[in-house]
Amino acid sequence: MKNAVFIYSPDQLGYKFSDSHPFNHKRLTLTMDLLKNIGALSDDDIVPARTATDEEIALAHDHQYIEIVKKAGRGELTSQQGENFGIGTEDTPMFQNMHEASALLVGGTLQAVDYVLQGKSRHALNLGGGLHHGFRGRASGFCIYNDSSVAIRYIQEKYGLRVLYVDTDAHHGDGVQWAFYDDPNVCTLSIHETGRYLFPGTGNITERGNGQGYGTSFNFPIDAFTEDDSFLEIYEQAMREVFEFFKPDVVLTQNGADAHYFDPLTHLYGSMNIYKEIPKLAHKLAHEYCEGRWIAVGGGGYDIWRVVPRAWSMIWTEMNDLPCPTGPLPQQWLERWQGESPVPFIPTWEDPNPLYEAIPRKAEIEEKNAQMLKKALHMIRNEKRS
Amino acid sequence: MIVEQIMNTQVYTLELTNTIGDAVRLMREKNIRHIPIVNNTNEVVGIVTEHDIKNASSSTLLEKSNSDYFDIPIENIMVNNPIIGHPLDFVEEVALTFYDSKISCLPIVSGGELVGIVTTTDLLYTYIELTGAHKPGSKIDIRVTDKVGILHDITKVFSKYKVNVLSVLVYPDSENDKNRILSIRLQVINPLAIIEDLRKEGFDVLWPNVPGIRS
Repeated sequence: MKNAVFIYSPDQLGYKFSDSHPFNHKRLTLTMDLLKNIGALSDDDIVPARTATDEEIALAHDHQYIEIVKKAGRGELTSQQGENFGIGTEDTPMFQNMHEASALLVGGTLQAVDYVLQGKSRHALNLGGGLHHGFRGRASGFCIYNDSSVAIRYIQEKYGLRVLYVDTDAHHGDGVQWAFYDDPNVCTLSIHETGRYLFPGTGNITERGNGQGYGTSFNFPIDAFTEDDSFLEIYEQAMREVFEFFKPDVVLTQNGADAHYFDPLTHLYGSMNIYKEIPKLAHKLAHEYCEGRWIAVGGGGYDIWRVVPRAWSMIWTEMNDLPCPTGPLPQQWLERWQGESPVPFIPTWEDPNPLYEAIPRKAEIEEKNAQMLKKALHMIRNEKRS
Repeated sequence: MIVEQIMNTQVYTLELTNTIGDAVRLMREKNIRHIPIVNNTNEVVGIVTEHDIKNASSSTLLEKSNSDYFDIPIENIMVNNPIIGHPLDFVEEVALTFYDSKISCLPIVSGGELVGIVTTTDLLYTYIELTGAHKPGSKIDIRVTDKVGILHDITKVFSKYKVNVLSVLVYPDSENDKNRILSIRLQVINPLAIIEDLRKEGFDVLWPNVPGIRS
């Protein structure tokens, strides 16, 4: 069996709002080119994305909403008609063929699911996916269709498995959380910058699920200015204990790369270290609990030059049991893209040390995060004891 | 916001002839901490709180047996003629009453009869609703001089970007009493362009607002 497949079609780049919009899938091109340059990705590893059917998208979205998106993509929707569906806003403007482009991102994640659950590869990566803010009948936060929500329903219907969804994007994974809030067979775990400062505002530790699904929703809101050590402490504890508690059959990770210090939209102070460790532990736990079944998608990440290509490359090298790349980035890659980049590249896989000026209230921020972790895990720790 | 919009209209009450035992049971059963005592015309004559019951128990336990204690009429321990409120009272007034009088519940009376009850829990819920997130949005805080037209200047920028405002709160500025902090929730994931415009117009945008740290 192959270790991993890389889902990609050039048409996935069609998910593009405008030239100046911060959500920019040029990230995919940059990441692939970087991986090819270090000899980690060959054409044999790449599996084209497929287009999700309307029925598949409807697993997590209203038919009416799908029709609205189609109309918007054909230029047949007025801004007033789109408003109620979050379409044509500052965040999710209309663009040509937006349904087709979005359906291809969803289909990419479904393709990844099928490869893993049909035993064609142990792991699969669809960096075009991870659009975790999409709601049943409304676009939100750059996300039109929620590929992860569709994929999880698809896994339930087609394969009947228990799914753990892990979201390390700096924004709360609200769309996926609310979609499975009542479902005891899907567990959602999101680590994000506190909603007191950052979009979407939800993701409090008190959001634990509802009804039958109570206790299968976990939130770890970390403070603005959180740095590597504190981030990783939360991540490792949360992952180990939630895996042990829920014992999933398959894990789907959303790998937004916007918790980095350079990211323009968030206030977290992560460095490349967290992107080295995140896939490592996900990989290890997928083998411990899920016989390796691990599907990874992309997500946010708005410093597409200095952060995302390096961060996302490390998911792929980890999936393939390659050593984590270190040292200088390939000269050829730097030369090819530096002209287009508005900022000078970091020329190495590691970030410079120090990356930023010391944070005045570091110890208090760490303390607050540790306290949050304790509260968020209190219920399962108690259950374990009794 | 007025009291009738947040009060509980399902009120659990007892009468003068009921006992401490009745009150303890009712509190446990309904998971409540306050019981208005009413007469046969539903007029409020007293109130018994969890606190009153605990106080009564510590003073009597040594002299009487437990069963006697539970048989004591509620009349003996209740607070007579408690502070009451009206359905048309403002929620802010209730908060002030709770804070000033150090109490935690207000029976609401209209036409001489008990019609509802408001507790600190209800006020906290109102606070959560006011400051929380019901729709996805970003919060930005702006330090402004306290003068006419400021809010208009700011919302002009939001409207230019066609961004919906979900809520606006105005806080005092702990550093300078000539300023105010506006805390605004916007229905947008990317407020960067808006923040840039506001800063260009000379506004002090705190995003995020953590005292002691400038981002």
